[in-house]
Amino acid sequence: MAKVLMVDYEKCTGCRMCELVCSVKHEGVSNPARSRIKIVKWEWEGRYIPMACQQCQSAPCMAVCPVKAISRDEELNRVVVDYDMCIGCRMCVAACPFGAVKFDTLASKVIKCDFCDGDPQCVRFCDTKAIQYVDASKINIEKQRAAAEKFLGIMQEITATLAKV
Amino acid sequence: MALNRKVAYIDLTTGKIETRPIPVSIRKKFIGGRGLDSYLVYNHAKPNCDPLGPDNVCVISAGLLVGTLASATARTHVAGKSPLTGFFGSCNMGGFFAPEMAWAGFHHLVLKGKAEKPVYLWVHDGEIEIRDAGNIWGKTVPEAQQAIREELGDEDIKVLTIGPAGENLVRFANVMTGVKNAGGRSGMGALLGSKNVKAVAARGTMDIKIAHPEEALDYNKKFIDQVTSAKVSQTQGRLGTPFIWGSTNSWGGIRTNNFQYNQLENADDVEAESIDKEVFGYAGCFACQVHCRGRYIIPTGPYKGVYDEGPEYTAQGAFAGEPGCTSKETVLVGNHLSNIYGMDLLEVGSLTSWAMELYEKGILTDEDTDGLDLSFGNDEAVIEMCHRIAYRKNIGDILAEGGLRAAKKIGKDSIKYLIHVKGMSNLHSDERATPALALGIATGSRGSDHLRSRPAIDLYHLPEPVLRKIYSQPVPYDGPLTSDYKDYEGKPWQVFWHETTYDAVDCLGICKYHTTFLGATLPNFEEWSKVIYYNTGLEMSPLDIWTVGERCYNIERLFNIREGLTRKDDWLVDRYFDEPTTRGVPAVQGRSIDREKFKKMIDEYYQHHGWDENGVPTPETLSRLGLDKEPSHML
Repeated sequence: MAKVLMVDYEKCTGCRMCELVCSVKHEGVSNPARSRIKIVKWEWEGRYIPMACQQCQSAPCMAVCPVKAISRDEELNRVVVDYDMCIGCRMCVAACPFGAVKFDTLASKVIKCDFCDGDPQCVRFCDTKAIQYVDASKINIEKQRAAAEKFLGIMQEITATLAKV
Repeated sequence: MALNRKVAYIDLTTGKIETRPIPVSIRKKFIGGRGLDSYLVYNHAKPNCDPLGPDNVCVISAGLLVGTLASATARTHVAGKSPLTGFFGSCNMGGFFAPEMAWAGFHHLVLKGKAEKPVYLWVHDGEIEIRDAGNIWGKTVPEAQQAIREELGDEDIKVLTIGPAGENLVRFANVMTGVKNAGGRSGMGALLGSKNVKAVAARGTMDIKIAHPEEALDYNKKFIDQVTSAKVSQTQGRLGTPFIWGSTNSWGGIRTNNFQYNQLENADDVEAESIDKEVFGYAGCFACQVHCRGRYIIPTGPYKGVYDEGPEYTAQGAFAGEPGCTSKETVLVGNHLSNIYGMDLLEVGSLTSWAMELYEKGILTDEDTDGLDLSFGNDEAVIEMCHRIAYRKNIGDILAEGGLRAAKKIGKDSIKYLIHVKGMSNLHSDERATPALALGIATGSRGSDHLRSRPAIDLYHLPEPVLRKIYSQPVPYDGPLTSDYKDYEGKPWQVFWHETTYDAVDCLGICKYHTTFLGATLPNFEEWSKVIYYNTGLEMSPLDIWTVGERCYNIERLFNIREGLTRKDDWLVDRYFDEPTTRGVPAVQGRSIDREKFKKMIDEYYQHHGWDENGVPTPETLSRLGLDKEPSHML
């Protein structure tokens, strides 16, 4: 089963290790400006949201690309850029609703998450597991269980109340 | 490459800015961060200058490994002559400022002279501008950071700033970044304020090339596992540093009612588990897996609903133990006010508690306090003192001068009750039962401070073979080592070892929580040698790094001696010797420091350093460390 990045916003501590390892893995440098993932922060509210490519099924970047340089790699369930075809027009940057495709001004090319070819470094180094690499079919399961637990609690309460009555 | 980050000299009087590369030969001698800062301060501050005058310098830096792969490579260091002690001033903080400065191309900024009117520095991608701060002066720490981001139009800018306390030259004002990352102790915020510098804003998009990226990634994973597998790191990430409070208060290591007791009674509300109820998550500094900063919302009182971060162990002592308060709200609010005003909460808590004891003894009266009831346990008075100190109002104005100057002003025998070393207030911990910890605060190069040398693992009763393994590398040691924290034997070596280790890690720009500080199995020299190589390509053996730590500590010592330090400054106040502890576990009750044994400890400590009986580095030591020609003005 193809995998996806699953983000649990509550677990993110805002440390930006993911940004660091992403740029080291892809470019051999430490430079968040060249990272494919970014932690967007509301510092004075203590809220941190990791943002990366969602690898959309129907990807706007792919649709808008005038030279068909962007395609889906079904094996790894990702959207990839073929740099031999890419003309660097940045239409994909404009089209992405998540801001997840960006233009690397140092390398003069568009960049986006490629799952590190199946071993995403952001996941490898995320100590709190705020970012996980899981089967697409399992992404809802934790939330489903958490929601079910709430129902379970209510049902137990009702049973207990009825028993008292 | 981390090694190509530059040093910039900014003359605030003339507006002239000069940048220079840092030669590898200097890196090998001082590495960077605190080490190179101490070199720059020693070489550029005018000897015996007024710390608040234009002849002092303020050096702001990022450690060598900041922004690279080693976990928690986040540390900013700021140094200069301290407005509080008159000796070496130095502070170190986490957050995100230092990496941003490194991505902007700089590792060290040397601020000289004095700006005519309030300014801030704008450091971005190899450029430095001096900009008008007229509209920002007067703002609190969060307001100033947000205003600068707005003015420059970039949310990703990281700002190091002073708050109202720094502007008002409170002698223990902090430099701050983010919500609560605090460069505290020794008044570097007042130093910036005296230069009319409100802030330094940084934004960088320049590569830091990693010398061996694949190896660096793989080794980083091991390094992180070593840090996070330690139980102490896990607890810290779950409860923050407040976790230290519970056990310390139980055995009797919390100074209470200034120095009258060594344990706070009825302290349940200020325990870590109670504070944790107000915390909705923990936050990490750059690239850190320990994530010890609580994100909390004040639950009750006039500040209800306000967001802040922390509180640290230090805040529990400053706003609970020392003033004899037992309310979580006071700890959370005191921490918040210290953060937004930008001042050292250790000083605020300690000096307020000292004033409380003076009030109790009748040395301070209602007339001196403008009617404020400074009784121990008065929560409102503690909070009020935060405002008064930051804005220098009546009694706050006196305390803002620091303990020694305040004691002179207050007179009578007020000095008898002051808990300080070298004019810097002690942490709230009570070291009467722990000679190793007492030696550390007595000898620290920035005054009484636990982060200079504290051998915290001395409290763990580690078996002697374990201690020997830790303390016999990277230099051999076959002298005594004892597991008992009450002993005097072998402790000077431990203090010397930790001083050198902490100086080295401050050169690298890694957080101390990732070294042999609270956990015995955490990384140190062996591991650093590898991370330096993989990240920068620089080959430095564990012994080389140790020697850098020694060298840098000696240059701080040389600075202090030049500014008038003598052996008598490496000493504790009389109460440590004359007033035995009254609370705590049986082994701790009734303990005080033995003068003769303590004197012997200091002799031994000097010998380990290669200093003479007056605490002056011998010519042989200086020559061995290559410091015999200092100041050498190489940079």
